[in-house]
Amino acid sequence: MALGKNELAELVAGDIPDGAYVNLGIGQPTSIARYLSPDSGVILHTENGMLGMGEVVPDEQADWDLTNAGKQPVTELPGAAYFHHADSFAMMRGGHLDVCVMGAFQVSAGGDLANWHTGAADAIPAVGGAMDLAAGAKQVWVMMTLFTKSGEPKLVPACTYPLTGKACVTRIYTEVATFHITPEGVRVTATYGIEADELAAKLDVKLLF
Amino acid sequence: MRTQTVDALTAVKEVRDGDTVLVGGFGMAGMPVELIDALIEHGAGDLTIVSNNAGNGDTGLAALLAAGRVRKMVCSFPRQADSWVFDGLYRAGKIELELVPQGNLAERMRAAGAGIGAFYCPTGVGTPIAEGRETRVIDGREYVLEYPIRGDVALIRAHVADRLGNLVYRKTARNFGPVMATAATVTIAQVSRIVEVGELDPESVVTPSIYVNRLVEVA
Repeated sequence: MALGKNELAELVAGDIPDGAYVNLGIGQPTSIARYLSPDSGVILHTENGMLGMGEVVPDEQADWDLTNAGKQPVTELPGAAYFHHADSFAMMRGGHLDVCVMGAFQVSAGGDLANWHTGAADAIPAVGGAMDLAAGAKQVWVMMTLFTKSGEPKLVPACTYPLTGKACVTRIYTEVATFHITPEGVRVTATYGIEADELAAKLDVKLLF
Repeated sequence: MRTQTVDALTAVKEVRDGDTVLVGGFGMAGMPVELIDALIEHGAGDLTIVSNNAGNGDTGLAALLAAGRVRKMVCSFPRQADSWVFDGLYRAGKIELELVPQGNLAERMRAAGAGIGAFYCPTGVGTPIAEGRETRVIDGREYVLEYPIRGDVALIRAHVADRLGNLVYRKTARNFGPVMATAATVTIAQVSRIVEVGELDPESVVTPSIYVNRLVEVA
């Protein structure tokens, strides 16, 4: 069976090393936080200036001076720290973040990431911190569906959308398979509800099993 | 120069048509709404606004945009669920957009405030952001040359100030405030409370008074 969104979030959470400093991108990656065990010692970084971010809270419990990168109200955990934006991005660019998990429109077999602009004429581009994370985090993981709504693969030989970063993605988590991008090529590390030959037939990328 | 404590309209009276105005906040957290309202009342137009987002809902920066005072937005993330004012202006071709990755936005203002002429940054290498720009390989890694962003005026929101202009912030509302305070000719800080000199713990001051020109208390 293909993984549900929550199962996928739980899977990613389980792969994050204990004690890691981690940035979770806006949208679906935010849900990974729910599956991080308190014993793991994982510390969440939010680009708007905080380490030790807690969970998203309902609006009626909101402190609007305490929000995540998606502008949702969150909590602070014991040991939290606040800092300004230049310091927050220095943490990324300086290579201090262990893992960041982002969504994607496309990832190439070489680890190029496209997740900020569809290139459509009437689209309003918005990049936020994605390029800085792609350039700075020690490991960039992508969490996405493997196919678009119309069935096009999002793991591709070369991205057709404008890039966010070059050769930066090391792992891809999808509902039907997980991949490691290695110097030897794209290695399938697990499949869910799909046979290896069927997966290989659906992707225009050479896979290692 | 000594920091003045004034009302919001007095604080913004020297903003001129065509100025570059740095506006703090990440979404609404840290957005100096009352200073922006004063800027709208003051009437300066043809402004370049540097801010992370391009307005939320119909208040604050969105209201300034709706009033037709902004020629150009420099920001990292204009489009959000509630950015309908900007979206409409952009699609109608009534506003320019310079899209800057968020970390570059912060660091380019930090450079301006720190007297740095330009810097090489790894963000955006190999992407459309870097097209046509000067790059350099340093220790085997490619970087893009980035220039400072300087403001004529910065409008920021902090939590508490003392009468000298030392500022402390509250939680993630700190965001761009400390960097913008350094990067403008005139920095105006909106705060919830002004206390007497000596009441702030010097160890807790985030923005020292040297960067702050005017204080506006908005309870």
